[in-house]
Amino acid sequence: MNNLHTITVTVNDTPYERTVEPRLLLSDFLRHDLGLTGTHVGCEHGVCGACTVLFDGEPVRSCLMFAVQANGHKITTVEALGTPDNLHPLQEAFWESHAVQCGFCTPGFLMSLVPFLEQNPDPTEEEIREAISGNLCRCTGYQHIVDAVKLAAKRK
Amino acid sequence: MKPAPFKYYAPVTVDEALAHLAEHGYEAKPLAGGQSLIPLLNFRLARPSVIVDLNNISELFYIRPDDGGLLIGAMTRQRQVEHDPLVAERAPLVHEVMPQIAYPQIRTRGTFGGSLAHADPSAELVAVNIALNGRFRLRSQAAERWVPADEFFVGLFTTALEPEELLVEVALPPMPPRSGWAFQQITRRHHDFCIAGVAVVVTLNDRGQCEQARMVFLSAGDRPVIAHQAAEMLKGHAPSPELIQAAAEKAARDEIDPGSDIHASAEYRRHLAGVLARRVLTQAFERAKARETGKSGNW
Ligand SMILES: Cc1cc2nc3c(=O)[nH]c(=O)nc-3n(C[C@H](O)[C@H](O)[C@H](O)COP(=O)(O)OP(=O)(O)OC[C@H]3O[C@@H](n4cnc5c(N)ncnc54)[C@H](O)[C@@H]3O)c2cc1C
Ligand code: FES
Ligand code: FES
Repeated sequence: MNNLHTITVTVNDTPYERTVEPRLLLSDFLRHDLGLTGTHVGCEHGVCGACTVLFDGEPVRSCLMFAVQANGHKITTVEALGTPDNLHPLQEAFWESHAVQCGFCTPGFLMSLVPFLEQNPDPTEEEIREAISGNLCRCTGYQHIVDAVKLAAKRK
Repeated sequence: MKPAPFKYYAPVTVDEALAHLAEHGYEAKPLAGGQSLIPLLNFRLARPSVIVDLNNISELFYIRPDDGGLLIGAMTRQRQVEHDPLVAERAPLVHEVMPQIAYPQIRTRGTFGGSLAHADPSAELVAVNIALNGRFRLRSQAAERWVPADEFFVGLFTTALEPEELLVEVALPPMPPRSGWAFQQITRRHHDFCIAGVAVVVTLNDRGQCEQARMVFLSAGDRPVIAHQAAEMLKGHAPSPELIQAAAEKAARDEIDPGSDIHASAEYRRHLAGVLARRVLTQAFERAKARETGKSGNW
């Protein structure tokens, strides 16, 4: 039984054509097939948020989608945000506010917060906490992350 | 863990999807938002050999007005429902619960129909659709039928759906005049599945007496629990605080059957259910009265 599907997915504005098994998770496709290891995998059941990417501009869990489902769609991962010499303003704010400790959760927070700040450029603290309610961080205690979002919003 | 292998179909029409389900029967699973199904596949708690992906079936994504009520296509994303002005106007109870379901990133993908088909007894939409007297349109290749929400949920994660059937549409009737609604739940952390919760819709007659009270508990048994006895106590009476208290106690003591687990004991859930029932009834009757006297009351 030929159970392979050829898909074309645009990731960070680059189109990729690959042949995949339908059971391949989008998170594993990004990490293993495309080598984009910025997207992290924590729980594989939707709880931790580390694997959050943008699917056609909206934040989704990449561990709860199959790569075949991304055929013809646009994915944005943390690699699209900034480079070490030229950080995205939100990354800059994370860095300055000490919102990163081990960094495992960071890509998921960033990919949840970038679209959030686009839609809501001047959020209240409550709205910020709501926006990150689906992302777990074991290190920072969240306060510094909230501070970073406020800082990024203030600078915009 | 990773999912076991399966064959994948991505039909673009309902007819095509139903043909796949008819061919594969119990071997196949429809895939909606995947926010409940894919965790089960990842842990190999479910191992269907065929997945029929509904995400490309554009005819299943819509919210439409219908005779004062609403029609919602099964694949409409939870996030869409959350932000839809027509839902806010015609089904304020649905509007109020949407932001409490899971997290923003789950709701961008999760669907209205998927939450119902999954039939988790802790799911907000399950209780809310029963409280609102929703009706579900189910289709198979051979036939179509409508099932009222209170007959759809038959057990733990079990519904009236046959393996070759799809839930295609939900109809929410308009709330009768002089009606009020409320929803409350207790969660360990904001957005977790609740340890106790209750949805209610009440209707007053033109003398200010309770005509109908549909109170539905979540996390209170292996399926949503409708408090019929409490409703009988309220019927025909003006809703005084004492009567509300008595009805809430009745429901929590005699009508629900919560379980004990790591999150809460049955005893504690029963206690919470009673407190929540009193609060939602009080709030719902207030809203119904506000509507009666023409005060907008958040309508
Ligand atoms: C971390 C996390 C937290 C969550 N918290 C909550 C919460 O607080 N409250 C809550 O209610 N839910 C919660 N959920 C579940 C979420 O709301 C799911 O989106 C929902 O339960 C299932 O909808 P879905 O569209 O993702 O369906 P899927 O996961 O795709 O499907 C679920 C089941 O329904 C079947 N199915 C789906 N659509 C149809 C259809 N049209 N016809 C026939 N069968 C169908 C599938 O075959 C499958 O068996 C949470 C999920 C996660 C991952
Ligand atoms: S790895 Fe996807 S949510 Fe945890
Ligand atoms: S920085 Fe370590 S988990 Fe968040």
